[in-house]
Amino acid sequence: MTAPFPAPYGGHVPVLRLGGVLLVTFQGDLHDSQAEQLQQDVSEAAADNRVSGVVLDLSGVELVDSFLGRVIGDIAAKTRLLAAETVVCGMRPAVAITLVELGLTLPGLRTALSTEDAMRLLGQGSVSPRPGRTRQESP
Amino acid sequence: MPEQEATAQHGTPAQEIADFLHRRREQIAQRWADAALFRTVFTVSRDEAVEAGRAVVEALAAVAATHRIEDPEADGFIVVRDQLARTAAARSRAGFTANQISLEVDALRAPAEELLLADLSGRPAEQVRDRVTALTVLMGTLRLVVLETSLTAGQEIVERQRIQLLEAATPVIQLWKGVVAVPLIGTLDSARSQVVMETLLDTVVEQRARFAILDITGVPTVDSLVAQHLLKTVAAARLMGAECIISGIRPAIAQTIVHLGIDLSSVMTRASLSDALAYALRELGTDIVAHVPGGAESR
Repeated sequence: MTAPFPAPYGGHVPVLRLGGVLLVTFQGDLHDSQAEQLQQDVSEAAADNRVSGVVLDLSGVELVDSFLGRVIGDIAAKTRLLAAETVVCGMRPAVAITLVELGLTLPGLRTALSTEDAMRLLGQGSVSPRPGRTRQESP
Repeated sequence: MPEQEATAQHGTPAQEIADFLHRRREQIAQRWADAALFRTVFTVSRDEAVEAGRAVVEALAAVAATHRIEDPEADGFIVVRDQLARTAAARSRAGFTANQISLEVDALRAPAEELLLADLSGRPAEQVRDRVTALTVLMGTLRLVVLETSLTAGQEIVERQRIQLLEAATPVIQLWKGVVAVPLIGTLDSARSQVVMETLLDTVVEQRARFAILDITGVPTVDSLVAQHLLKTVAAARLMGAECIISGIRPAIAQTIVHLGIDLSSVMTRASLSDALAYALRELGTDIVAHVPGGAESR
């Protein structure tokens, strides 16, 4: 698999804070160590900043396996424990079909078409990041 | 080949049949031109029918010369395969069944056999029997080749039409801004369901649709496999952030679904396409009201 972004963040998946919402933008392949680090980052950020929601932007993910599906489910479960809601957005058709074929329908998880829709779902419409597939730059 | 010792001066039966066919190809072709198979296909001129018959006789001679009279895959048949396929196709277009075509091919045996018997007059009865058997086997193989080519041609047509059906039968239409629908018509199999799922999800992304309606009014039966495909489509659409509504479930199908024990409780269902659209519009914050009092019923 060729990663569109060859680990520009030193293996880190960026967790951005926009108002009361954490925005996590997945890009390309996710390695085991990255996933662990990401889960830790998200839970810490969610606990520290008293955020109300987490948006997982999957528009940059073209290939998915059961591992990534489980990571998403885990993040959702952890943030729910911290009283924040998780919204998955921007999933590509191929990714959605693969997840369904794998039996990972992620029940109980909220979904949205784009980052903008996800923000609106979480009641943060005023923040209004650039809609669609635009990838957030690292701050 | 058996019978080697008895045929020291004439060669094996197959070889002799090859020689006979080669020697007598003009006479056989002339007689075949009058047979139903060639007469009805090559209607333009008799010469054409004779030409076609000669090609087949020569192919048979080539097959016999290679001692593979029982083998429909013999190389000798390659040259006439196209012609045989066209002939068989012409007959089946005329409404003939494979069985009838096969009988017509069989009718070619009698004229050839008569000529062979005339050639072999005065030879020992045992030799005559062997030669006639060899010719019969060869003609049986020709029959097989004709049947096989016509069946292959039929399969190609079926395959082409299947692909055309896949392309034609799954349009995704936009009913409203943010609402797309797929009217499913005809029996759903896994290949078609896959195409429906992919086109629907692609359209959801393209049109940024929040609602996708699967209308199954035109689906005659729903079995557990079809239901599973529908559920998969709904789950995939949900993962992408669109809500999927299934509409047009007819009473008989509803009964089948309940009998099969399929759980559709996680899926939004509506009785008709218009109900589904009304639901989607309400969720989108759009209301349809009657323009004039007593006009259309408000939904």
